[in-house]
Amino acid sequence: MTAVETYSSILPFYAVAVSLVAVPLILLSARHANLREFWTIAASLVKFGVVFLLLPGVLAGRVAGFTLWEISPGIALALKADPFGVFFALIASGLWILTSVYSIGYVRGLEEHKQTRYFASFAVCLSATMGIAFAANLLTFIIFYETLTIATYPLVIHKETKGAIAAGRKYLIYTLTAGLLLIAATAWTYRITGSLDFKAGGMFGGASFSPEAVTVLFLLFLGGVGVKAAIMPLHSWLPTAMVAPTPVSALLHAVAVVKSGVFGVVRIVGFVFGPELLHRFGLNGLLAILAGATIILASLLAFRQDNLKFRLAYSTVGHLSYIVLGAALLSPASLTGSLLHIANHATMKITLFFCAGAIYVKYHKENVSELDGIGRAMPWTMGAFTLGAIGLAGVPPMNGFVSKWQLGLGSLQAGEIAPLAVLVLSGLLNIGYFAPIVYRAFLKKGAGSRGEASPAMVLPIVVTAVLSVLLGLNPDLFFHFYSMAASISGSILGGSGP
Amino acid sequence: MIINNSPALAPLLLLAAAISIPVLALLSKRLAYLTAIATSLVATAVSVLNLWRVWESGPLRYHFGGWTPPIGIEYVVDPLSAFVALVVNAVALVVLWHAMGLADEEIAGRAVPYYSLVLLLLCGANGMILTGDLFNLYVFLEIFSLACYGLIGIGEKQAAVASFRYLIMGTVGASFYLLGLGFIYIVTGSLNMADLRNILPLVYGNPAITAGLTLIVVGMGIKMAIFPLHGWLPDAYTYAPSTTSALIAPLGTKVAAYVIIRVLFYVFDAGYVSGALPMTDFIAWLAAIGIIYGSVLAIAQNEMKRMLAYSSVAQIGYIGLGIGMANPFGFIGAVLHIVNHAFMKGTLFLVAANLRKNSGHSDIARLDAAYRKKLPWSMAAFTLAALSMIGLPPTAGFFSKWYLALAAVDKGNWVFLAVILVSSLLNAVYFFRILERVYLLPPPAGEKEGEGFPLKSKTGAGLGLGEEKWGLMIPACVLSFCLLLLGIGNAGIVKGVIQRIIPIGM
Repeated sequence: MTAVETYSSILPFYAVAVSLVAVPLILLSARHANLREFWTIAASLVKFGVVFLLLPGVLAGRVAGFTLWEISPGIALALKADPFGVFFALIASGLWILTSVYSIGYVRGLEEHKQTRYFASFAVCLSATMGIAFAANLLTFIIFYETLTIATYPLVIHKETKGAIAAGRKYLIYTLTAGLLLIAATAWTYRITGSLDFKAGGMFGGASFSPEAVTVLFLLFLGGVGVKAAIMPLHSWLPTAMVAPTPVSALLHAVAVVKSGVFGVVRIVGFVFGPELLHRFGLNGLLAILAGATIILASLLAFRQDNLKFRLAYSTVGHLSYIVLGAALLSPASLTGSLLHIANHATMKITLFFCAGAIYVKYHKENVSELDGIGRAMPWTMGAFTLGAIGLAGVPPMNGFVSKWQLGLGSLQAGEIAPLAVLVLSGLLNIGYFAPIVYRAFLKKGAGSRGEASPAMVLPIVVTAVLSVLLGLNPDLFFHFYSMAASISGSILGGSGP
Repeated sequence: MIINNSPALAPLLLLAAAISIPVLALLSKRLAYLTAIATSLVATAVSVLNLWRVWESGPLRYHFGGWTPPIGIEYVVDPLSAFVALVVNAVALVVLWHAMGLADEEIAGRAVPYYSLVLLLLCGANGMILTGDLFNLYVFLEIFSLACYGLIGIGEKQAAVASFRYLIMGTVGASFYLLGLGFIYIVTGSLNMADLRNILPLVYGNPAITAGLTLIVVGMGIKMAIFPLHGWLPDAYTYAPSTTSALIAPLGTKVAAYVIIRVLFYVFDAGYVSGALPMTDFIAWLAAIGIIYGSVLAIAQNEMKRMLAYSSVAQIGYIGLGIGMANPFGFIGAVLHIVNHAFMKGTLFLVAANLRKNSGHSDIARLDAAYRKKLPWSMAAFTLAALSMIGLPPTAGFFSKWYLALAAVDKGNWVFLAVILVSSLLNAVYFFRILERVYLLPPPAGEKEGEGFPLKSKTGAGLGLGEEKWGLMIPACVLSFCLLLLGIGNAGIVKGVIQRIIPIGM
């Protein structure tokens, strides 16, 4: 990629605004379910289209910027569609289309209450996610990050049971606290730099730090984004939040919200601190240890979960830390792998959650121990599930293999053997906790009826599974994820990487 | 020309209207109400005019009766006073609008004195804000306070006791102020603020000046209800008529906060009050304790108005902390929070009033989803204001928190930073407790929907808005919508108003 050229364009703003505009429309058509769902689908298509329009510019090394207005003296509410932002926005907005279709099948299949609130909150969440992706500075990032927190709350408590309300409380305590740490860290950063603009390679420049100060600042930031990224020991809200409807778990708690967390981690590592500063104070080592421990512990905990969604949640916790680990290693291949895993984990995990939801809607089964013979009853669904599962274990030709390969390579580039060992072990553990599900589904006999869930649910499942295979065969397919990831990693390391 | 007299227009007009309302009420009560609203509207318009004039041509100095200061009384309209006056008048206008729908029941038979007292209160507030003379300020302070006591006293049974308590404490406060003023007058021979600003640096060493300033700050601290001088506040806010609470909570304490800012930073200077005399540090630490204390006690309350009252103690702490940190960001945070809190607490108390009007109580433990179904828009307004209190973007409250956090970092005081952030979590605890109930708690089984709601009329219900009276719902929604505007437009206020008058020496 050549030198970055910035041009003014309103497209990033549209990408954020589209679903926000859809919210009043959704609310107004509360009594006409089909019209209401039309707005959701339309908004998701337009949003994805807008983000896709930004792609050619990014590939040509041009960055679209849009400044809305000053939000604090000297700090603007500004959006910038840099490659990393577009990368994340593509994934989130693309999967929103599928999730919307799936949601319709899900909420109608279960005759859920308060569907209007559900779809409206979903739309706000996606706006906030786009805002996070395109935030040009830390203050803009915080504003959208907090908006995402609050917009997700109605979805977490959607069932309005005692358990859901308790989960909502836990969710708020974790995420609001995280937001406060982020504000503290940002205020401190502003004091040091006088600017909050993200900059590839770090924004602190030549600022002088004492080791204690930089460590505390890093931990504040990490606390801020680490909660949504579910880095242990900040992860426990995520399994609790599985009480939400499955499409919410699928898009928000496997893609949009948690990926906003890891997106934040990469932003902090690559665009706030920068490799040089992290290496100098050994902070990336700290991060790598946290991530490595999370990967192993989460995989082990996944074994103990009988509830399918809980098992998937712990699996998510582990895989999020793959991304964090890749960022912490700070070598070209590890960063590339880390970014690719943002996309690849998204397509695979959303497939698995979709499957879990389909099983629940059709057969009202939530636990792994009840899944005997479900593969024969729902061959398409469980076929897709199997593909997603082997992908997460890192088996070729799935896309999970590609990112894992890069991560392993990156670990060697960084001159470390331990991360590689963690990755291999985690792969085995993944097989360990997914194999029983597949085994039960296909090889054990179950009683009862056969039949898939509604087409609105099966179609998205098949699409995401196929996408996972295709992206494994050719990571650059359609969206140029691989070349974007490589160029982002290049811009962060700026040639100064090890 | 009348426009040249605009600085003096608002207080005089309000005073004249306050006196004539009882007379007009003899003709028609309706006329009295309308006069009150119209006067308040004109006062707001005059404030806008003043602010515009200040923007155009810089600070205005108005000499009463043509007497030049320091002999005569001077009114000074600078960006700060013009802006605070506008906020006070605008919020009061919305609350008065709301009061129209409430007056027949809550203060039945006392509506006329109510309107008269409100205008007197506003006259006092406007005078305190605009005057450039410390003694004149005292006069208006007494007008303001007496009106306040009356407004609180017309509430329920306990209101008389609460009002009496406030009367005692308020009078002590005002006397302290007067005493402090006397000390300063003896040493300097002047009462004009601008004049004092020049004289005081020559006599900073004089212990009488120190004593005078301390007395003034303590006296005003009582009025502002800064911890630990807040004792009068919870009872007064709780037992006052809802419409009075909605007026006094946003405005009463803010005017005192404004006076403290005026005296500390514009009569004295920031270097003196934060350097030679560690006055501001003292204020900051008390405020920080008050923030935590108020928030914790707010969590412990079971009655919404009482909870909001303790929350006010905490929020006043924010303002005190901003003043006490005595740096530019702290100043921005304090002034911005005066504005933001006026709108937030205004909204919240209006919703509490609507609740009481509809269901006869505002006990938190009795709230459930049925209340939201009855008052969907009021509850939406409440939610927005609650989010702002918690400090979630893009509402106004987030930016108060942001500037105060910047100030704490600038000052290098991590305790203050922690206090600011932790308090927002505590706010979340007591507001989500209510939000959870009104949005998620199903009404107890067996109780038919609508039971416990002695609905008196159903105007509005037919229009699909679902609330009993538009006149009660719209003002709350207007105020809460302003929170969004204040949030996204805060940089305009900061740059257009506050940064123009950052006190010298910060």
